[in-house]
Amino acid sequence: MSATLTEPDAAPRSPKARPPHRPTGVGPRKKKPLPWAPWLLLAPSLLLLGVMVLYPTIVMFIQSFTNLEIKNKMLGTSPDFVGFENYIEVFTESDFPAVLARSLGLMVVLTVIIVALGMLIGLLMTKLSRGWRLAVSIALLLAWAMPPLSATVVFGWIFDTDYGLVNWALNTITGTQDFRGHSWLIDPWSFMMVLVIIVVWQSVPFAAVTFYAGLGQVPDEVLEASGLDGASAWQRFRFIVLPYMRNVITAVLVLETIWNLRIFTQVYALQQQGGLASETNILPTYLFRQGLGEFGVTAAIGVFMVILLMAISYFNVRNSLKEEEEEL
Amino acid sequence: MNTQTTRARRFGLNLFAVIVIVCSVFPVYWMVNMSFTPPNQIISRNPSFLPLDFTWKNYVTAWTREAAPGQTDFPHALASSLGVALAVVVACALIAFLASVAIARFAFRGRVVFIVSVLVVQMVPGEAMMFTIYNMIDDWRLMNTLIGLFIVHLAAVVPFTIWMLRGFVKGVPVELEEAAMIDGCSKGRAFWKVTFPLLAPGLVATGIFAFIQSWNEFLMALLLLKGYNLTLPPWLNSFQSATEATNWGAVMAGSTLIALPVVVFFLFVQRRMVGGLVAGAVKG
Repeated sequence: MSATLTEPDAAPRSPKARPPHRPTGVGPRKKKPLPWAPWLLLAPSLLLLGVMVLYPTIVMFIQSFTNLEIKNKMLGTSPDFVGFENYIEVFTESDFPAVLARSLGLMVVLTVIIVALGMLIGLLMTKLSRGWRLAVSIALLLAWAMPPLSATVVFGWIFDTDYGLVNWALNTITGTQDFRGHSWLIDPWSFMMVLVIIVVWQSVPFAAVTFYAGLGQVPDEVLEASGLDGASAWQRFRFIVLPYMRNVITAVLVLETIWNLRIFTQVYALQQQGGLASETNILPTYLFRQGLGEFGVTAAIGVFMVILLMAISYFNVRNSLKEEEEEL
Repeated sequence: MNTQTTRARRFGLNLFAVIVIVCSVFPVYWMVNMSFTPPNQIISRNPSFLPLDFTWKNYVTAWTREAAPGQTDFPHALASSLGVALAVVVACALIAFLASVAIARFAFRGRVVFIVSVLVVQMVPGEAMMFTIYNMIDDWRLMNTLIGLFIVHLAAVVPFTIWMLRGFVKGVPVELEEAAMIDGCSKGRAFWKVTFPLLAPGLVATGIFAFIQSWNEFLMALLLLKGYNLTLPPWLNSFQSATEATNWGAVMAGSTLIALPVVVFFLFVQRRMVGGLVAGAVKG
């Protein structure tokens, strides 16, 4: 999740926050002295993305309509075209629909919690004194910077069946031994709860810091004026802060949606620590655990996943592009 | 508002801040605490909140023991991770720098198409293509090699870093270059002498981002590497799920060692990034 590191364009999205139109070097140079220069500069990235992204995407698309298996690879035989058979199989004969439903459910829950908590903490940061704010930001950065695998290992230990802190704390609080040997990961629902805690813990800092930056855009005068007009805190948030924040919120929502559908490390590592993989798989871990074998089927799942994510990212790409066009 | 309600409000806010701080920091603290706690103390029914019986033993175990029989130990995994990540940093900085200059400084047909492709590729994940890429790497005879992993990681970070660097290139006013050209510099020289030095912070930030991505990447490393070629994340994975009873102190020591460079780097760049983010949002 440290792809979250920077989204420099995520915060200052509002057109109001843009500087007055300034040519970026694109505008005034009409005569184009070096027509091939940009392509020369792009050549390495085009080569890389062509070979490592475009080519495998096409191959995957084609393979999704074949019955390619590991034995074709071993024997060097070519697979047959089977039309939509893989897609039909995936959606009817496997546990894929359940995995998909679980993925989407998890995605919605995570995104809602992350955006809501992020906004709350962002608002909190605007109200704190300088020292407190600094302490909160450093604490958030620490959670944000933890490698996902390390974080999952630690949380797995905190929720450990025999020696976990959570069981100890619950025993201490209730004054009983009820939670002695209670296994959190074996039950799919409490597994998902632990997973949500881990992902939220790591993702909220990005949302909070971005929202905090966005909140700085809301002009104080407008807020003060509305305060004098007698608007309540909620009204000010609803009618002044939210409209100003629309672009920032959209960006964070889209990014979180995509990231939350792509989680692999946390789910896989938590399954290693005692979850039932069959009951807790989401799209990427399901695909991984299909293992090497029916490549045609895994390609079909991959194609479906790409289409799903492209549909979601459409909004973000359109947003980013709108800005780009404004500048031209 | 009278002072009493103001004071109550302030107390409430600070209490909320304390909760946020404790929730954020505690798991990190717990990892470090456990890594310094002797093994027999770790598996005790009463957790010790301070490493009173301080020990380095877990670090020694993590450093010296093989992850699992026939698998790599920490120093070799460290060397693999470092090698791949540093190669990714260098290659990525170079490729992304050239591309970002192209899209930030030139108007050409296909510019918007390229930008859209970069944005789409950045969103749509390698996870979906894991087995297609696996087969590709296998066909190229790069299976279980660090070069194979390097190419996969490079392709994963380049789209976002192009986008990120583009922001930095745009941030340097083109007027500065033009002024240098009026003073007699060639266009290339003006760019090299004036713009490039101003991009240094951007290149550092990009490099650190690429480093962290490669350092943390787990899925493809798990799929492509085995035995003695593991990088750190699959090393940690094997280390904690080895058949014998897990040595939690050593696992925590391993996690701490892996997290350390990321946290340091992250705090280092994040200051500048959050600062830039906030400044950009406030000043416009």
